This record gives sequence, C-alpha cells and structure tokens, in this order.
Amino acid sequence: MEGFNGLMMGFGIALTPMNLLWCLVGTTLGTAIGVLPGLGPALTIALLLPITFKVEPTSAFILFAGIYYGAMYGGSTTSILLNTPGESASIVTSMEGNKMARNGRAGAALATAAIGSFVAGTIGTLGIAFLAPFVVDWALKFGPADYFALMVLAFTTVSAVLGNSAVRGLTALFFGIWLGMIGIDLQTGQARFTFGVQELFDGINVIVVAVGLFAVGETLYNAATYKEGDTKITPLKGSLMMTGLEWKRSIGPWLRGTAFGFPIGAMPAGGAEIPTFLSYYTEKKLTKYPEEFGTVGAIEGVAGPEAANNASAAGVLVPMLTLGLPTSATAAIMLSAFQSYGINPGPLLLQTQPALVWGLIASLFIGNVMLLVLNLPLIGLWVKMLNIPAPQLYAGILVFATIGTYGISQSYIDLILLYAVGIVGYLMRRYDFPTAPVIIGMILGPLAEQNFRQAMTISAGDWTVFFTRPLSLTIIVISVLLVVAPKVYGMVKGGEKAAA
Amino acid sequence: MSGDGGTLMRGRVEAGLAKGELTVALGVVALAFVVLWQAWSIPVSPIYAKVGPTLVPIMAGLGLLIFGLALVLSAVRGGWQPDEEKAITPDRRALGWVLAGLALNVLTIGPLGFTLASILLFVCVTRGFGSRNMLRDAWIGAVFALIAYLGFAKTLNINIGSGVIENGVEWVITMVRGH
Repeated sequence: MEGFNGLMMGFGIALTPMNLLWCLVGTTLGTAIGVLPGLGPALTIALLLPITFKVEPTSAFILFAGIYYGAMYGGSTTSILLNTPGESASIVTSMEGNKMARNGRAGAALATAAIGSFVAGTIGTLGIAFLAPFVVDWALKFGPADYFALMVLAFTTVSAVLGNSAVRGLTALFFGIWLGMIGIDLQTGQARFTFGVQELFDGINVIVVAVGLFAVGETLYNAATYKEGDTKITPLKGSLMMTGLEWKRSIGPWLRGTAFGFPIGAMPAGGAEIPTFLSYYTEKKLTKYPEEFGTVGAIEGVAGPEAANNASAAGVLVPMLTLGLPTSATAAIMLSAFQSYGINPGPLLLQTQPALVWGLIASLFIGNVMLLVLNLPLIGLWVKMLNIPAPQLYAGILVFATIGTYGISQSYIDLILLYAVGIVGYLMRRYDFPTAPVIIGMILGPLAEQNFRQAMTISAGDWTVFFTRPLSLTIIVISVLLVVAPKVYGMVKGGEKAAA
Repeated sequence: MSGDGGTLMRGRVEAGLAKGELTVALGVVALAFVVLWQAWSIPVSPIYAKVGPTLVPIMAGLGLLIFGLALVLSAVRGGWQPDEEKAITPDRRALGWVLAGLALNVLTIGPLGFTLASILLFVCVTRGFGSRNMLRDAWIGAVFALIAYLGFAKTLNINIGSGVIENGVEWVITMVRGH
C-alpha cells in the first residue's frame, strides 16, 4: 500500500510541465546516445553531472532516469541494425536481431525490442515501487558491519563472478578502490596519495575517470582497430507493425525475460548479462521454430533478452535507492550525483526525500511511455544518426569529453588526468579488463571503508564483528562461495575426469 | 572438455611469453608497489591506530600486488588473450594521431582558447581515423566547438575557455546587437 500512495505522489511531481520536459529531454538524449556506437548511459550521465550545481535534484534525477532508460532503447536499435553491440548486455539482442534485419525483418525486430522494453520497463518499475519499501524495512536493521559485508558481496560479484576473468576483474576493482582513496581522508584529515598536488586534495572527480575510460579510452581503442567500411548498416526493411503471429511469439518471451531480469538485477549482486543469456537459452529451448535460431533470426531471441535487459536495468535501481549500493557503472555515477547534492542513498532516503524517490520512479513510467511513442515512429531519424561517419563522430566525442572535464573545472590537472585515464582505458580494452569495476570500486570503495571503520569503532576494534553478526556472516560466506565454488567445482570435475 | 583444455594448455606453453600482456601485468605490479609505498608513508596518529587511514589503502595495494603477480604468471605462460585477439595488431599510426591530438589540446587550450584547441584535436582525430580532407574537418570542428562554446556561455553562463576566436565572435555578436 505504501508503494501505491508513494506512486500517486510521485506522479503529481513527475507530471508537472517542467519535469515532463526534463523527462522528454532525457529520453531523447538517451536514445540518441544509445544509438551512437561506443557511447553509453554511464558516460552521458557523467558528462551531465555538472548540471547538479544548477538544477534541483528531482529534475536532475528525472533527466538521468530518462537517459538511463532511453540509452537501452537506442542501444537495441544499434545492435539490431549494426551488429556491433555497444554494451555486453545487448550482445544477445544482436545475435538474433541482426540476423532478422539481414533477412528483411528489421521492422519486426525493432518493434518487438521496443515493445518488449516497454513491457519489461513498466513491470520492472512497478517492481521497484512495491519492492523498495520492503527492502527499506529490512535494511533499517542493518548495522555498519552488515553494510560492509553487502559491499564486499557487490565487489566480488561485479568484478569476480560476472566478468570473463576474476583476476582481471579484481585488478580493475582494486585500481578503482585506490583511485577512490586519493585525496584527504575525511575521518583523520590525512592526505592520501596526493603526491603533494593540491588539486588532488579533494579527490579525483568521478567524471574524469568515467569520461576517460568510456570516451577517451574507447576512442583510442577504436582508432587502433578501425578499418574503413568495416561497419555496415543493415537497411531498415519490413513493416514496423508486427503481425498477429509475431505478437503471439513475443508475449511469452517478454514476460519470461522480465521474470529473469528484474529479480537478478534487484539483487545486491547485479548484472544484466546473466538474465539476458538465461532468457536467450530458455527461448531457444521453448520455441516452436528452433530452425530460425542462428539462421534467419528468431523473434523470440530478440523479445526475451531485450525484456530481460530492461527489467534488470530497473532492478538495479532497487539496491541503489534503498541500500545506496550501485551494481552497475551507471548506477555508481548516479550515486555520485546524489553525493554531490549531499544526499546519501540508503534506507532513510525514502523517508527523508520521498518527493525525489517517488518522483523519480513515476518519471520512469512516463519515460517508458514516451520512449514507446517516440521511438518507433522516429526510427528513421535514429537510423540516420548511425550514418555519422566514424572519424567525425569520435573527434566530436573527444571535444565533448574535454568540455565535460576541463571546460567545467578549468583545471589542467583534470585534463591531463582525463587523457591519462584514457590511455589506461585503452590498455584495459586492448587486454580484456572490464572497466565497470573501476567506477564501482571508486564510488563504493570509500563508502565501504567508512562502514568498515564504523563497525570497528562500535566493536571497539574487535575484528570478529564481521563474523559474529548473523547477517554479515551470511553475506560474507555467500561472497566467498561465489568466488571459490566455481573453481572447486571445476577442479573436482577435472579430477574426476583425470581419474577416469 | 579436459582433453581440449590439455592441448590448449600445451599450445599456450609453446606460445611462450606474451610480451604485451607481460608489460601490462608488470605495470600493475609496479603500481602496486607505488600504492604500498605511498600508503605506508601516510602519517598515522596513535588515536586511530586500529583502523587508521592506511588500512584500506594497504589492502588496495596488496590486492593490486596479488592480482598483478597472477597476471605476470599468466603472461609468462602465454598470456590470457585468445589467439585471434592476439593477431590484431593495433594501428600505431592512427593511435599516434589521436594521442598527438590529445597532447596538442593540453598544450593549446590555455593560451589559444577552447575553439582553436578543439579544431586541432578534431583534425588530428579525424586524420587518425583515416579522413583525408583536413580543411573540411577543421571547418566542422570549428563550427562544432563554437556552438558548444556559445551554448555553454549563453545558456548556462559557463565560460569553457575563451581565446582569440571566442573573443572575436563575442565582439561580432555585440556589434550586431548594438546596431
């Protein structure tokens, strides 16, 4: 019931003309950014963080939420028509979607992706509205030790479990934690890792790191691997109106995809990859048209993963808003936007900032409707954006990256750091290191440290506090199991085979 | 599966050490030492001796060290990248152009202003991506940068770095408005 009342209040806030305009700007901008290959919501929100100095928080978060959902819609267009998915979670969409497009069914693929995103986004947002109050009630009982354990869980899943390699993921994570430590330690006033540079006393701005990794690093990587005429846009063919059979084949995958995506996204572990792959393999098993998978493209293979992707994006907002626990790069940047307003996301957020939270959730509903209404009719326009030639596109991205950092702060240190982080980002791309753990480590690292110290202060320096509280012990055991169990399983299995 | 793994492992051992990966891995180890050395040099007041400002930084440093060493080990055994990815040689010329653009931008953005620095960056990056028409790219860059400059200056009142071109344009705008 609490969720329903909150939602009504939220709609009252989100439906004011000014906030509707912010939502429209966000969804449009988000779609455009999502369509452009190589740009994502994390980068866009990072570039727009400076508006937090000028705009009131509710409007800023409505804008960010629009970008967040919009970029998903835009990203699916690119992965269907271009076969070079911008983010790992849309790889699955491109597998079947691009095959459909090549066989003259681009229209149906785009339609099922858009409507599926709408269905999943709407159910997922409802999920946030009704789940969030429950999580808050539960989270109010958390002590610092439990929070610390939760953060350890998020660290291990984001870096060690979800990626290709635990070693590279954890290297990226510790690099991020170190970046987060740079600056004056708030508790003791000691300067850490500042190397005597005064500009570093306030810490490194997350904008610099996010833009460096996602814009500069990405551009360098693309420059190093770019070949002219390499990317071919599949022409937009086929009606955007789905046939009756296509509707029938899409509805099941949409709902099942949502059922995979939301709960997995809402866990403090996060990740959109697992639910999209789960959805893909489920649909492949359940379909009546298995011969279409991997050949001419099956609509179920687009509808399901697209829904899973969007539902998990909605799910990620649950731990972010209720626990202050970001499990994706975008959520981490949003958390830093909260921090720049002096707001601490956590169980108290719903009580102290109800207008902000419910306005944000309501605007997610409105944004979803806007995206559905705007996207399909304007698809021709978005496809035109794919025609921007790569040289000018990447040059423009770097100019914008420069504005977002040097332009706002007028600091040479920031500009040099931006390019230095960009070179690190290039090396990470080139040698298969995931970049999201860097951002999450940087934002969550200092928070984890804070909770760790509080827990230790409460326990009067007793280290066992993390293992004597049942909740924190459970979470830590889960984290350890998640890292160790797959290895042990692999060894046992390998051993059995060797013995046989 | 394990049989495949065996041949794969042998293939990797024969491949010997992977230079690129080893360099990166050694970089991580070097960073770990810098982090640890700096973390130990943070002065600690005795009041905070239990969980002072150095504990988490030291943990970060140790983490980097452990995983850096694991990376070195993996690199010596042939590296972690699949063969087809190893076969991709980065286009050094293209990288050079983009890096030159970044360096030029740092050097010129202060003295020459945002627009001129952006034009230089724009031309270098487009050249790196294989564009041949430098004059046309310079024009595109100029228009793009000026729109951004004026957008920030007029709507948000943020000066993102004025120089010769910006002041000239502002002068023209005030002249036109004045009449």
